Amino acid sequence: MTPFLAVVGRDLQLAFRQGGEIGLVIGFFVLAVVLYPFGVGPEPETLRRIGAGILWVAALLSAVLSLDRLFAADYADGGLDLLAVSALPLEIVVLAKCAAHWLATGLPLTLISPFLAVLVDLDSSAIPVLMLTLLIGTPALSLLGAIAAALTLGARRPGVLSSLLVLPLYLPPLIFATAAVEASLTGAAVRPHLLLLGAVSLAALPLAPLAAAAGLRQALD
Amino acid sequence: MTLSVEELACWRGGRPVFAGLSFRLPPGGALLLTGSNGSGKSSLLRVLASLLPAESGAVDWRGAPIADDLPGYRAALHYVGHLDALKPALSPRETLRFSAALRGGGAPAIDAALACFALEDVAELPCRWLSAGQRRRVALARLIAAPAPLWLLDEPAAPLDRDGEARLAEAIAAHRAGGGMAVVATHAPLDIPEANALVLDEFAAAAMPDWAEAL
Repeated sequence: MTPFLAVVGRDLQLAFRQGGEIGLVIGFFVLAVVLYPFGVGPEPETLRRIGAGILWVAALLSAVLSLDRLFAADYADGGLDLLAVSALPLEIVVLAKCAAHWLATGLPLTLISPFLAVLVDLDSSAIPVLMLTLLIGTPALSLLGAIAAALTLGARRPGVLSSLLVLPLYLPPLIFATAAVEASLTGAAVRPHLLLLGAVSLAALPLAPLAAAAGLRQALD
Repeated sequence: MTLSVEELACWRGGRPVFAGLSFRLPPGGALLLTGSNGSGKSSLLRVLASLLPAESGAVDWRGAPIADDLPGYRAALHYVGHLDALKPALSPRETLRFSAALRGGGAPAIDAALACFALEDVAELPCRWLSAGQRRRVALARLIAAPAPLWLLDEPAAPLDRDGEARLAEAIAAHRAGGGMAVVATHAPLDIPEANALVLDEFAAAAMPDWAEAL
């Protein structure tokens, strides 16, 4: 097994084992979506209008909720030292951890999103587009989240601080994703929005590991 | 295969910890680090593990600065800090398999590592059920699971019982007999024959005239 796959595999193993963290993220996602109708009223007209936004905001919050899983435990138990002297550069370690984080949060959220889309009465023609935006956009959530998670290691309330840092970074994917769903509802072109969303994820792919690894080195010092 | 350190100095939190530290570790050699609390034993080990940058001085591995081939140097060392780096949900066997895979390399010697520190009975138990001594034994078993010539051990014997200490001494002896080297920071009298001793208090930077002036 290559060191990269070893990190991905171990983190997934931990996500499945440690108190059902995947269930926690999915449960939070479902609850957050279900709460909206209680706040804005149950009229299908309203819900249909804001459905995609609801799902995406709920997905952002679920991603933020799970960010501390990325590095906090390894930082606290000394595992970060072992990762730092491993055969992998720290940037690749970050990439492997983001991949595991996405497989344990972004992917399951994407897979259950059609059911929740029905719940907010999203037009059935827009559901494939919604899934596509989640599939393309959630990797950016894991990657950008890694920067905040690495920078806040050693802080007294890392969870609160990292959500303050990361939520502004989540604005571009949120805007492009909801614009894509909006476009599919109004019959406009979906492609440009999806391309922009893809660009965010692709830009985060090399840049976020660089930034997060710098944060980790700071934490090791 | 030699580790040599020249005029090493280390700063932590904006103040010097030690300075002017030099030693040479040949194959089969062992270095016993002692010194009072805060004298920089852990800092020195972290510098040697390439986890901390040195303020000045040189750390050479096989005659070349470690910065020249950092991945190669890291593949040649094992660092066991005072944290055991165990995940509560993983068993010792899974832990060892992961740490060995992380280093790349060939087939890991998991069974030999478990046997070396008498962990066979708890090999499949999640680490959350292990005692402090057993946890340290798992951390030390990493040394055996994937071989590396340079061992950097920070207070390895602290939570160990008599049997654990004896097994550790045995493992270090076997490692040295095979040409390996070890740098061990310890308070407990560990049975490491013919080890060079380094008392870090003698290198306290504040005690050096030119460093005292710099402050």
